[in-house]
Amino acid sequence: MSLDFGAELTVAGLATGPVTRELRCHGDWSVRTIAALERLLAQVRWPEGGDLIVDGAGITALDTSGAWLLHRTVAQRAARGGKPRLQGFRAEYAALLQLLAARGLPLETPLARVPPWLERVGRQVWSGAAGFWDYLAFVGESALALLLALRHPRRLRWRPILHNVQIAGVAALPITGLLSFLMGLVIAYQGADQLQRFGANIFVVDLVALAMLRELSPLLTAIIIAGRSGSAYTAQIGTMKVTEEIDALRTIGVGAQDLLVVPKVIALVIVMPLLTVYTDVAGVLGGMVMAKLKLGVGFDAFFDRLDDAVQLSSYWTGLAKAPVFALIVALVGCYRGFKVSGSADSVGAQTTVSVVQSIFLVIVTDALFSIIFLWLDL
Amino acid sequence: MQTGPSSPPSGSVVDVRGVCTRFGSAVVHDGVDLRVEAGEVFALVGGSGSGKSTLLREIILLQQPAAGSIRVFGHEVVGLTDEQALPLRRRWGVMFERGALFSALTVAENVGMVLAEHTDLPPHLIREVSAVKIALTGLPADAGAKYPSELSGGMRKRAALARALALDPELLFLDEPTAGLDPLSASGIDELVRSLRDALSLTIMMVTHDLDLLWRSADRVAVLGQGRIVGIGSMSELAHSDDAVVRPYFHGPRGRAALEQAWKTR
Repeated sequence: MSLDFGAELTVAGLATGPVTRELRCHGDWSVRTIAALERLLAQVRWPEGGDLIVDGAGITALDTSGAWLLHRTVAQRAARGGKPRLQGFRAEYAALLQLLAARGLPLETPLARVPPWLERVGRQVWSGAAGFWDYLAFVGESALALLLALRHPRRLRWRPILHNVQIAGVAALPITGLLSFLMGLVIAYQGADQLQRFGANIFVVDLVALAMLRELSPLLTAIIIAGRSGSAYTAQIGTMKVTEEIDALRTIGVGAQDLLVVPKVIALVIVMPLLTVYTDVAGVLGGMVMAKLKLGVGFDAFFDRLDDAVQLSSYWTGLAKAPVFALIVALVGCYRGFKVSGSADSVGAQTTVSVVQSIFLVIVTDALFSIIFLWLDL
Repeated sequence: MQTGPSSPPSGSVVDVRGVCTRFGSAVVHDGVDLRVEAGEVFALVGGSGSGKSTLLREIILLQQPAAGSIRVFGHEVVGLTDEQALPLRRRWGVMFERGALFSALTVAENVGMVLAEHTDLPPHLIREVSAVKIALTGLPADAGAKYPSELSGGMRKRAALARALALDPELLFLDEPTAGLDPLSASGIDELVRSLRDALSLTIMMVTHDLDLLWRSADRVAVLGQGRIVGIGSMSELAHSDDAVVRPYFHGPRGRAALEQAWKTR
């Protein structure tokens, strides 16, 4: 049996014993040919308990893969009671075969066990539950670190706090401003037709101002910050975990919480309400522009109506959510960073989870706020 | 193994001529010449920042020199595109200083991934051949199922070596094979380098600081300093060199200890 890329094997019976077979190998026994050679070997019918002579005189190239195939064939015959013998191999090939034989490799490499689906479901549920417990523990530790830091304000790390304010707040001004301006524009545009039908053009002020101040601007800001800063926190802490920088901090005697979590939480709690006020303004401006273009409501009329339409409570209910959203985004982002385990993949996976989870929690919390404000009649 | 028609008749596996490298205004190499012959263990040494690793990176096509010629297996590699380099890259293996194992894959998958990319082996053969490579580097059989983050430093180096050996390369590049290892693991690597060279008839080019490794494994050593090769030869030749750059390297306190040790074990 010969292969067109230069490897060959023949199996012949010998006169010396009816069950003895001679395997003559020729050509290139290497990683390029062993897949085909293995198929040829699988077709050979070996007599039960027969001896095997492997003749390697014709081999022109043998690498570890080829040697493995020969070694395995020989070892399998030996396991069936035959006495295999090697002959005619060049010294270096014989040495290579010897090396493999000396390592005592198992003939079959078992597949990694795939657990049944029930076990997988169980593990998922368990890890979800344990994860929740873990998260609670993390929130507790962070709260403790935060309280300790606030008790000794001198020990607060102002430099990282200000740095985070810069990164998460100042640098986010263009994108948050633009998006909420557009949001105000779109709300006014969508409402314009309906309002015009009733001749209630001036109520576009109520529509835009209440929607932006009470709901959309805090929500929009939180979602942008979750995507912008929450993900960055996870990636940063996660990479530090992979490179053992977190362990280094611990050995230096600096709490990772103090250095990495507390400044981020404080910075976001400062920044998020400020950004919300800013997006309030940008959103209302957007509505104002559209009101003038589409409904002919002038800026003066808009401002006059704004006074009546928006009670202070609407403004405060929107603003009150911001620090809570900030806590959620910062804590989820940092927590997910600490959950990174050793690999680059894990950094990516945890960053994804971080953003999805913080946006989810922000929206759920927003719904809870709506219910609470309804009860309180705000 | 067939070589291209442009191969020179000489046995040089790596042939570096007049290589110059600059980073901005800093000159790293100023006309480096060296040849690595087939079947030898060749070591490149030099102080920190002397451009050893940079030269290695230029030979394995991760970086381009500013001038000069580098031939590997007789083929000019300076200016090759990735596509043109592929046939050459399949003929050498590289072990990086920190292993550079893919952290998302197990050790066996790290080795198997190379085989799956470059051969048509069926999955069961890939698993078996990966296990062979892992065993060849002296790792226990259960190491294959572990992730790189679960391994010790020495085991990670061996796993990286197993991946470098995946395609049975003719030429193996080792960047600091013993850096960061305890003496016991390091001497394990010494023996491994020699035994692999003998068993697989490899040519090995390594960059190292480790004087013990040099004494035990290297056939020839080149000392890089001031942008050029300032000394080349066997360790005992270099140890007797009077060159102002070479001498302190081998006759510092550690150099002397390694030298005494080398004479004792002979």
